[in-house]
Amino acid sequence: MITQLTAAEIAEQLRTKKLSAREVTEAFLSRINSENEKYNAYLSVDKAGALAAADQAQTMLDAGNAPSLCGVPIAVKDNISTKGLKTTCASKILENYVPPFDASTTISLKNQGSIILGKTNLDEFAMGTTNENSAFGPVNNPWDPDRAPGGSSGGSAVAVSAELAPLSLGSDTGGSIRFPAALCGVVGFKPTYGRVSRYGLVAFASSLDQIGPFGKTVEDAALLAEAISGHDPLDSTSLPNAKINIANLKSGSMKGLKLGIPDELFGPEIDDQVREVFELAAENLVRQGAEVRRISLPSIKFGVTTYYIIAPAEASSNLARFDGVRFGPRIKADGHIETFMATRGELFGPEVKLRIMVGTYALSSGYYDAYYHRAQQVRGLMTTEFEKAYQDLDYIISPTSPIVAPQLGGITDQIALKALDLCTIPANMGGFPSISIPCGLAYDLPVGFQLTGPIMGDEKMLQDSFAIEQAFGRDYRRPPIL
Amino acid sequence: MSEAIINLMSISMDEVRNVAQLARLELSESELMSFQTQLNSLLGHFEDIQNLDVTGLPAKPHAVAMQNVFAADKAHKSLNRDEALANSAETKAGLFIVPTIIEE
Repeated sequence: MITQLTAAEIAEQLRTKKLSAREVTEAFLSRINSENEKYNAYLSVDKAGALAAADQAQTMLDAGNAPSLCGVPIAVKDNISTKGLKTTCASKILENYVPPFDASTTISLKNQGSIILGKTNLDEFAMGTTNENSAFGPVNNPWDPDRAPGGSSGGSAVAVSAELAPLSLGSDTGGSIRFPAALCGVVGFKPTYGRVSRYGLVAFASSLDQIGPFGKTVEDAALLAEAISGHDPLDSTSLPNAKINIANLKSGSMKGLKLGIPDELFGPEIDDQVREVFELAAENLVRQGAEVRRISLPSIKFGVTTYYIIAPAEASSNLARFDGVRFGPRIKADGHIETFMATRGELFGPEVKLRIMVGTYALSSGYYDAYYHRAQQVRGLMTTEFEKAYQDLDYIISPTSPIVAPQLGGITDQIALKALDLCTIPANMGGFPSISIPCGLAYDLPVGFQLTGPIMGDEKMLQDSFAIEQAFGRDYRRPPIL
Repeated sequence: MSEAIINLMSISMDEVRNVAQLARLELSESELMSFQTQLNSLLGHFEDIQNLDVTGLPAKPHAVAMQNVFAADKAHKSLNRDEALANSAETKAGLFIVPTIIEE
């Protein structure tokens, strides 16, 4: 079945003419049509656009020398702008927003002949850990439909896991790619901050946001990372040598690889069975030549606090633009400020309002030094600790998530939910590349193995991740329900 | 989280109202109360970095620090007026309509 193939396999069969771009696109559209209702992974599907793109891709393929993902369909998180195609951020305030321009990543995909199938569900404005904060309903995890897929890129993780797309794009501010990838049993990769343009990504926390790929395998994620990376003059934080080159993807080895497990990411927060699966995976890597040590990175324990000050502070500023003037509906009230307040009060969901409140408070006069400035100092401390660790180690490793996929509605304590970002937050603080690779099952649900590496180490990380995936010694594992 | 910490960092209803005003959010009484509880709970959690000695530590506002990113001072293609106005709730004669700010 076409929909069970990896993106690399689809690309190969397109090149050798075993499949046509239209055949592939129709196979996914048809599966989305019959199955999306079960998962609520897509918020919108662009059938006409996808079929037109497939015909264009076929022309490129027939001409020869087409880019590696030409003709391969992709699902895009609904906070990445797509010209002429609704981009809602899963918020009532953007429910009917149709961007008049494409994000730079969207343009890259279109230019390379990739086919955008539709836009995927997320926590409203990417604020959440379980994807339960979407204004358009939660997403169901294909491993157990009563469980959450993780967030905030839950729709993108499920699109790949439930075979509704071979590849997808997400965004990662505090773990929003890696966390749902772990909970859905797929690969999720957050590149070094600045390697993928943020132009056209609806901003949440600009100093932390980064777009990245989901795939069934490391190779698939690497192909998409290569396709979307590169310097972009439209993003002033774009790095000069941003392009990720994966020519040597398959030449990595376990021999001599130095991995460190921080005690702070291996404490009582980690579920016992998750810990056991992770330990077995790490032992497996040791048998194949890697060296694993326990280390300490004390500032990690301040990560969640630091994140939940910095991210809401930046969000409160970024989301000020949603006031009912240039986009979105307007709720009329007496004066102009009252109109802004009524519109925002009515159309933002509870979690978004909470974070705007936290951010506004943290930035307000009298509290700025105690919260925002101090959090930035701790951010610096945490980054320095990681950089020092990389002098002796290739990667910091840990489980991606302290737990397996939780029941929908199962975690109601706000602090407990936010604490689930413990393992993923440090990479965003330092801008480090980080990847989650499936490493086994606990309670019959997927567990993710996370590697976080030094700035600009993306190529080596993908290469080593490819070798690690091989070392885990299994083919891609499908959710049993499929 | 201990009660003591919550009390120490306690944020009053007046402060919640003031923050909502600064954030341009119209909130119902029940929302204000719920946010008071949640803010206090989060601020209690944030207490951990208040006890950390950060003297002399530089603040890190960026993931990867860059300096002086310039673009050539050159006009380039931009949205046309209709595209720019297309998503607005109210427009007239090629302009955004905004609520009255200055009365006659």
